[in-house]
Amino acid sequence: MSRFLIPAAIFLALAGVLYVAVVHSPNKSTMQSALLGKTVPAFSLPVLGNPGMNLTNTQLAGRPWVLNVWGTWCAACRDEHPVLLDIAKQNVLPLVGLDWKDEDDAALEWLKQLGNPYSVVAVDRDGRTAINFGVYGAPETFFIDADGRVQYRHVGAMTAEVWQREFLSRLPRGVLP
Amino acid sequence: MIPELGHFALILALVLAGAQTFFGIFGAARGDARWQAVVRPAVAGQFVLVSTAIGALVHAFVTFDFSVLYVASNSNSALPTFYRVAALWGAHEGSLLLWAWILAVWTLAVAIASRNLPASFASRVMGVLGFVSFGFLLFTVATSNPFERIIPAPADGRDLNPVLQDPALAIHPPLLYMGYVGLSVAFAFACAAMLEGKLDQVWARWTRPWTTMAWAFLGVGIALGSWWAYYELGWGGYWFWDPVENASFMPWLVATALIHSLAATEKRGVFKSWTLLLAILAFSLSLLGTFLVRSGVLTSVHSFAADPTRGLFILAFLIIVIGGALSLYAWRAPQLRSPAGFEGTAREAFLLYNNIFLVVAAAMVLIGTLAPLIADAVGAAPLSVGAPYFDKLFPMLMLPLGALVAIGIHAAWKRGQLGNNRARILIGLGVALLAGLVLVYGVYGVGKPLTPIGMVLGIWIILSSLFDPVDRLRRRLTLPRAIIGMTLAHIGLGVGLVAISTVESYSVERDAAIAPGETLALGRYAYRFDSIKEIEGPNYDGVRAVVTVLRDGAPVATLHPEQRNYWVQRSTLTEAGIASRWNLDMFVALSKNVGGGRWSVRAQLRPLLDWVWLSAALMALGAVFAVTDRRYRVRASASEPAGETTSEPKMAQGSAAAEAT
Repeated sequence: MSRFLIPAAIFLALAGVLYVAVVHSPNKSTMQSALLGKTVPAFSLPVLGNPGMNLTNTQLAGRPWVLNVWGTWCAACRDEHPVLLDIAKQNVLPLVGLDWKDEDDAALEWLKQLGNPYSVVAVDRDGRTAINFGVYGAPETFFIDADGRVQYRHVGAMTAEVWQREFLSRLPRGVLP
Repeated sequence: MIPELGHFALILALVLAGAQTFFGIFGAARGDARWQAVVRPAVAGQFVLVSTAIGALVHAFVTFDFSVLYVASNSNSALPTFYRVAALWGAHEGSLLLWAWILAVWTLAVAIASRNLPASFASRVMGVLGFVSFGFLLFTVATSNPFERIIPAPADGRDLNPVLQDPALAIHPPLLYMGYVGLSVAFAFACAAMLEGKLDQVWARWTRPWTTMAWAFLGVGIALGSWWAYYELGWGGYWFWDPVENASFMPWLVATALIHSLAATEKRGVFKSWTLLLAILAFSLSLLGTFLVRSGVLTSVHSFAADPTRGLFILAFLIIVIGGALSLYAWRAPQLRSPAGFEGTAREAFLLYNNIFLVVAAAMVLIGTLAPLIADAVGAAPLSVGAPYFDKLFPMLMLPLGALVAIGIHAAWKRGQLGNNRARILIGLGVALLAGLVLVYGVYGVGKPLTPIGMVLGIWIILSSLFDPVDRLRRRLTLPRAIIGMTLAHIGLGVGLVAISTVESYSVERDAAIAPGETLALGRYAYRFDSIKEIEGPNYDGVRAVVTVLRDGAPVATLHPEQRNYWVQRSTLTEAGIASRWNLDMFVALSKNVGGGRWSVRAQLRPLLDWVWLSAALMALGAVFAVTDRRYRVRASASEPAGETTSEPKMAQGSAAAEAT
């Protein structure tokens, strides 16, 4: 082979890599989270609509759960809301909301109007917990296993397909509906 | 109505780009003068039409036409006018339009400046540029129409991303694009030469100024982006090896190699096929950068929404353009012959070593940037190489390169005759060692292991670059602008090496929570938190603190860090407070209110940081001198008969091997 063909050959290989990358890019919303495989950051946050009570990460330990970061100011959260309601109906994984940099009244009004898919909503008014989770922008959804480790992160609106493929598949066998 | 006019103009421009490609390339192939005569009017028409489209979009922004989806998504009635114009390139669709427009500007410049070039060559160049333009316009019209309407129109827009509401960032993309797109001219020259089957020293002379200009724009664009990241992102760093930064840095590295390789091709007729390859690579990396940023396959602080359709489109375009050029290269390059041989210490050889280091560095950045994608493609575990990979490998390549520059400047063409310049080399090295070690051990204190090396090399390069011009001045010889330009750019490199070595080694930083009245000690300096008050801007509110920097107890600067809450996008942004002295940057960023009147702050001292930007400015200034050199201004040189070296004997064995490297 002529040595002058080498650049073209390298480029062809590179184009192959890029092709796979583009085709896989729906998966790419799994932004590489520094937390993957690590224990969730500790938090203790007031519960929405029940200001006297606090939700901590330790209360959730012992079984898998899902954290969904949202806010009433976030347009994509409105888009994903019906999907979350469907997910809540399946009743396989507790859906914990993290109301991010939001106002309580607006959040309560939102849940009253659109329906409440969450088992419980924690209020992250100053956004610190979201920062600890490495949240890039709402909505984001995390799968946390029974040992309290982050197993998966989805950036952007939840879809039924992502839920099926990335969340339900991570449940231990026998738990599936 | 006006947005539809813009859309229509864009479609017409697409048609003209097609005509420009067809008549440019096939007109030259058939030797048909009437076909070729279509090309220049097509270029001019395209420029007018794309300008009309840009004008229509600016009009929509300035008049708050929120019925245009792109305007509604990236503007707001409270957005100041300056940013309403800059919002044009605040997101994907407008960025593409800007890309297309800048390409139209470069092509127009080529059309005007190429009147003295052989007609068939100029047609081919414009034909290739037309094809690139066609691809981008088709991409814009087919997948990313910036004029799409939204009915009913929202009452107000969603506002420009607040991180983009900053003067440096507002001008950073256009400059960066001037560089990215400017490399398309070198690419088009390379393709035209390959189509023509002829490449000589005159070709290199035509190509050089275009490449140098594009390189300068790219450098300034990168520096502005880095400057923005420094004071706007509030992390206090100036380079993060972020995929988007890398995307602009790779073409810069290869373009740097290209301008050196072109110099050897012009002066000595060597490295022809290598120069061609670099011209293709530099623009390919620009396109790849565009692909990485636009397709969203890599996520980064800068990234835009992912869209697989767009990704596939750009990928297909990439394959046609780059794959086509490289195939042409595989076909034509073996026919090129370099007439001249040279010795291992000749200037040609040093330029070749320089090229190898730069290209390897670019490859290293490419591999690091694409690592997550490569891992994904081969089915390996998710992997992402971060700053440590780059921080470790990059100096390994740049420091030897620095030494090569310091010595290579003294090498003569053909035969190095380094022996004649032994005194200069050794004096330069001696003074640099002395000055560098005094700086490291006397002024700043022991730093990282590589610090003294970087420092000494930087100073050595500066001294080495000065010998020749100083000598010429002393002997009352003329000092051509090309030499001034080269000297300035090399001094810029030296300054950059010294600055980066210093910043990387001697910066100090402290994060703490302090209340007004309290002081945070940082070496000999102390940051005193004086007060904090609420502020209100045109589209945000926030707080601004007053922080006094004390040196040995005496105030030396007052900083005003801010934290802004942008209303519409509901995001909080830090505006760092920075005071720059000639040798030191004092930096403080206000992070959050942690309660009890205490604020968490990040305080930093970064010595010589501004010299990093100075380095970029010197390189750009050098480029301006180089392209205004007499031989480019004198038109006669361009009409020299082409092919003056083709009849010379075949190249020596030695350079044949060198070219293959």
